Amino acid sequence: MRQLGKVQISTWVYLLFGCLLAVVPFVYDNLSMLFLIIQIFIFGIFAMSYDLLLGYTGIVSFGHAMFFGVGAYGVSIVLERNEPTLFFLILGILVALGAAAIISFIAGVLTLRLKSHFYAMLTLALAGLFLVAAEKMRSLTGGSDGLIFTIPDFFKDRTNMYLLALISLVVIFFSLRRLTNSPLGRVLVAIRENEQRTMSLGYKIFPYKVIISVISGVVAAFGGVLYALSIRFIDTTVFAVDVTLDALLMTIIGGVGTLIGPIIGAGLIEYAHHFLSELSDVHWIFERWIILFGIVYILVVIFFPMGIAGSIKNMYMKRKHKKEAKVQQKDNQIAS
Amino acid sequence: MMKTLLKVDEINTYIDQFHILQNVSFEVKTGEVTVLLGRNGAGKTTTLRTIMGLNSASSGSVVYKDEDITKQNTHHIARKGIGYVPEDQGIFADLTVGENMRVAMQKEDDATKERMDWVLNMFPDLKKFWNKAGGQLSGGQKQMLSIARAYINENDLLLIDEPSKGLAPIIVEKVMESIQEMKEKTTIVLVEQNFYMASSIGDSFYILDDGMTVHSGKMNELKDDEVLKKKYLGIA
Repeated sequence: MRQLGKVQISTWVYLLFGCLLAVVPFVYDNLSMLFLIIQIFIFGIFAMSYDLLLGYTGIVSFGHAMFFGVGAYGVSIVLERNEPTLFFLILGILVALGAAAIISFIAGVLTLRLKSHFYAMLTLALAGLFLVAAEKMRSLTGGSDGLIFTIPDFFKDRTNMYLLALISLVVIFFSLRRLTNSPLGRVLVAIRENEQRTMSLGYKIFPYKVIISVISGVVAAFGGVLYALSIRFIDTTVFAVDVTLDALLMTIIGGVGTLIGPIIGAGLIEYAHHFLSELSDVHWIFERWIILFGIVYILVVIFFPMGIAGSIKNMYMKRKHKKEAKVQQKDNQIAS
Repeated sequence: MMKTLLKVDEINTYIDQFHILQNVSFEVKTGEVTVLLGRNGAGKTTTLRTIMGLNSASSGSVVYKDEDITKQNTHHIARKGIGYVPEDQGIFADLTVGENMRVAMQKEDDATKERMDWVLNMFPDLKKFWNKAGGQLSGGQKQMLSIARAYINENDLLLIDEPSKGLAPIIVEKVMESIQEMKEKTTIVLVEQNFYMASSIGDSFYILDDGMTVHSGKMNELKDDEVLKKKYLGIA
């Protein structure tokens, strides 16, 4: 890995890009575009949490929206029932993250012993359960009418909300990158690649899966918190399967197991959603933007199975190995 | 008299509805290389997998250092000091050579450092390709990495499954040399189809046929027994 001082060059590139994004609201004040970018940041966080499961541990979940929804409802309920002060905002966030941690721990302990397809089905059922519970517990969640709530004045300002989402994205991205590059991250990759082999090296893999499930659940819940704060309204659609499928699409199109890929995927999908919906006046097909994305998804899976970031990384590695092979060949020639 | 390190006693193992191991029994003495021989499908790999707990035995027992480990989980068995080099090498393709080694290391003490030095001296390719992804190594390099990963911990017993399979003769010699050296420090159970390799390393042997132990003895005796070799190993 190329390094500048003790920091990888890619870190500087990401930081520079983060700084450029931080300037955007001060030079470009189109509110709907800022809102779109905030949504990209939020879904980038959510998709990264999904990538932790799918890309680094090989766990396919169809119920990841459950944690997103718990985060969104956690903060919404606290703010709806109390004064919109910073204290209650922080309390709401802690409640949301705590609830997500407990639920993901319990769900993980109950389901992660199962084989992958059984796990996927069970998470789908659990998310369905949360959707029904949210619709039935009207006094707490507002049912399908949803909840409208206010947030502290500071975050009502679009620029402040933008910066909160951006800072959250950057902090979570670097934290998760550190986690995936740590010894724990290496064990997770080993589990993804060959569970039996990892066990025969002396690792009990179940606790590792539960740990990553909890971390992923908490990060997804934080995405849900930001989502609720950004639109100040929440309804039961946050638990819908579509939300999980969006995260899956973002991760696969962007690049599984790359962390930066899901952010790119979130950007593409959210922007395409916005752009194609606007084109609905031109032709009705653009209202059904998901059909178009279905086609893109199929093409990506066939031609770029590693996604955008994965394919770029792969191309870079191929070039690097070609160069190394040439140097090796030269060395061999000199030696002979 | 040498002490028994591992005793496999009449184990029966099923995979789905197939009865693969049928009352397989053998003993491994401390400091020896015990070779499991037999044709393809005789049950050699399943025997090693059953010892490691990757396949569960429906009856019989596996006793390691006087402790019954038959029903124990794989990670417990590995932590007791049994290293396993599987037939498919089991390299983590997306991890670099260095990361593969670090994942395998159970401790980071001086003894581990010493073993790491030994491994890197024995297999200089691993040092050379330290930052290369495991999936990009050649078959021989993968085998070296697989053996190195099993040897890096203070294991008293190594189970090595067909280390010469699919490798070029020059690599086979290197692998043989490494096992010869490891033999001085640890006990080994070797599954090997290459009789030349097996007979030059092994001290004792067991022949498996159709999931049963059909013969055992000292390797020197087998070398001269043309009838036995032809009957069970297909060597003329």
